[in-house]
Amino acid sequence: MNILVCISNVPDTTSKIEFTSDSTSFLTNGVQFIINPYDEFGLTKAIKLREQHGGKVTVVNFGESTSEPTLRKALAIGADEAIRIDGAPTDSFLVAKELSKVISENNFDLIILGRESIDYNGGAVPAMIAELLDLPFVNACTGLTIEGTEAKMEREIEGGKEFVSSSLPLVIGGQKGLVEESDLLIPNMRGIMTARTKPLAVVECSSSSGKSSSVSFEKPAAKQACKMVEAGQEKELVTLLHKEAKVI
Amino acid sequence: MSVVVFAESWNGTFKKGTFEILTYAHDVAKKMDTKCVAITIGEISDDVKVLANYGADKVVSIPNQFDACDNKGLSSALAQIADSEGANIVILSNTNTGKTIGPRVAVKMDASFISNTVDVPSESSPLLVKKKSFSGKAFEMAQSHADKTVIALSPNAYNIMQNNNDSCDFATIDCQVENTNVSSINVEKASGKISLAEAEIVISAGRGLKGPDNWGMIEELADLLSAGTACSKPVSDIGWRPHSEHVGQTGKAIAPNLYIAVGISGAIQHLAGVNSSKVMVAINTDPEAPFFKAADYGIVGDAFEVVPRLIEEIKQFKSSN
Repeated sequence: MNILVCISNVPDTTSKIEFTSDSTSFLTNGVQFIINPYDEFGLTKAIKLREQHGGKVTVVNFGESTSEPTLRKALAIGADEAIRIDGAPTDSFLVAKELSKVISENNFDLIILGRESIDYNGGAVPAMIAELLDLPFVNACTGLTIEGTEAKMEREIEGGKEFVSSSLPLVIGGQKGLVEESDLLIPNMRGIMTARTKPLAVVECSSSSGKSSSVSFEKPAAKQACKMVEAGQEKELVTLLHKEAKVI
Repeated sequence: MSVVVFAESWNGTFKKGTFEILTYAHDVAKKMDTKCVAITIGEISDDVKVLANYGADKVVSIPNQFDACDNKGLSSALAQIADSEGANIVILSNTNTGKTIGPRVAVKMDASFISNTVDVPSESSPLLVKKKSFSGKAFEMAQSHADKTVIALSPNAYNIMQNNNDSCDFATIDCQVENTNVSSINVEKASGKISLAEAEIVISAGRGLKGPDNWGMIEELADLLSAGTACSKPVSDIGWRPHSEHVGQTGKAIAPNLYIAVGISGAIQHLAGVNSSKVMVAINTDPEAPFFKAADYGIVGDAFEVVPRLIEEIKQFKSSN
């Protein structure tokens, strides 16, 4: 089984988000970058599938050299090799096109992405890859088993779950449930040591422009101070929600 | 030129979000001085004429049935009609379905894709539109560099308005689409619960509830208010509640009118997923809980005392209103 896990390099979930003074770009000073949490479920799942079926796990990231520590971490967790497409991931179509190129030049049975990245939350790259390469696509995937060349999956839909099947190769937009939070693999010392010598190939980005860009950013307006209600005065809260906030 | 909007349905019924994106699409079309075309897919048991009440100038019904997982067929049908209607803007709701087919439609139409939008485009050429970014921690102005744009509107971001159109046209078109490459085995519907994405009120609880057996009062409160139930990440991680209820940065992002957080401290990751709620109430024993800095109303107190009293007060309120 030859598995590709696409990894976004994103600010840690605890990060406070700040922008440059002209509001045109995200201020990365002092921000710790991590493997996108949705991708982390996919990475652990890929490693578990390799344990069951044999094969290889490759991780790929579209990013600048600053994302290499995140790729090394993926190698330390257990991926076999890494590819970095050198460029600034400014638009989902650009990222999808470049990832599709890597996928079409290799022979992957399974391409796993997170259903979205927690920075720009476009949520578009998995579906775009499926469209560009005309591959089966299962989004919001919460469970996956492989039997031969067939995959059986569970996916979240509004108002329930859908159980689906597809042949390989296949593109997955994954989320928690692919593996549980408690199953997530973390790098051990041996993993960290061997990650240093695992292959990390850098490939050139073949195109330069996407179809959209971020022009400016702003933070949500500050909230008014919280109106406190004494415990025991729940009636007052109900009145406030009805008469002042008008939400009940 | 036209604005095409996907009037999503579930089991033959239009979703609340469908009227929201129709209102939005009507306003976008008005701003661009063009017409608004609504597309329905599959068998619709609702009267499609209702779409004209929310501003559709034309309704195209595609009778083809697609399984929820058939994103290939759905996106192909949508793109075909959008192209034949000369769409330069296609609008979907940023639901699981919208997010799954929107990007495919964009690739087919050689359009850009902008998701999580919260307002109508402020400029049309090039198109500039406000969207949520950094999982609710910021907003972004996104610009399209293509002639066509597919927009996915963030649920509960736009007020539903009636815009009656008496001269709406109705058409039915059979689409030729390729066979799907993903097959549906079966669908398991969540039992009678209100879906989190559509809920106007959400009652959420965290580790402060001490155990999964204590959720009865949360469910009772939710039932009383016709609300959805949600939970914090630790609670879904330890398995007290299903993952589908996890709201926050790495779970679902929601934007109800009222969000009541019981025994949730309000970590930055949790707040990111819920701070688009119009009104937030925090109930927590710890007066220093960060949630009180983000909430509109707060009660410092023991959930096991406050929530039952709140239930009683809401029962009284409901019987007198």
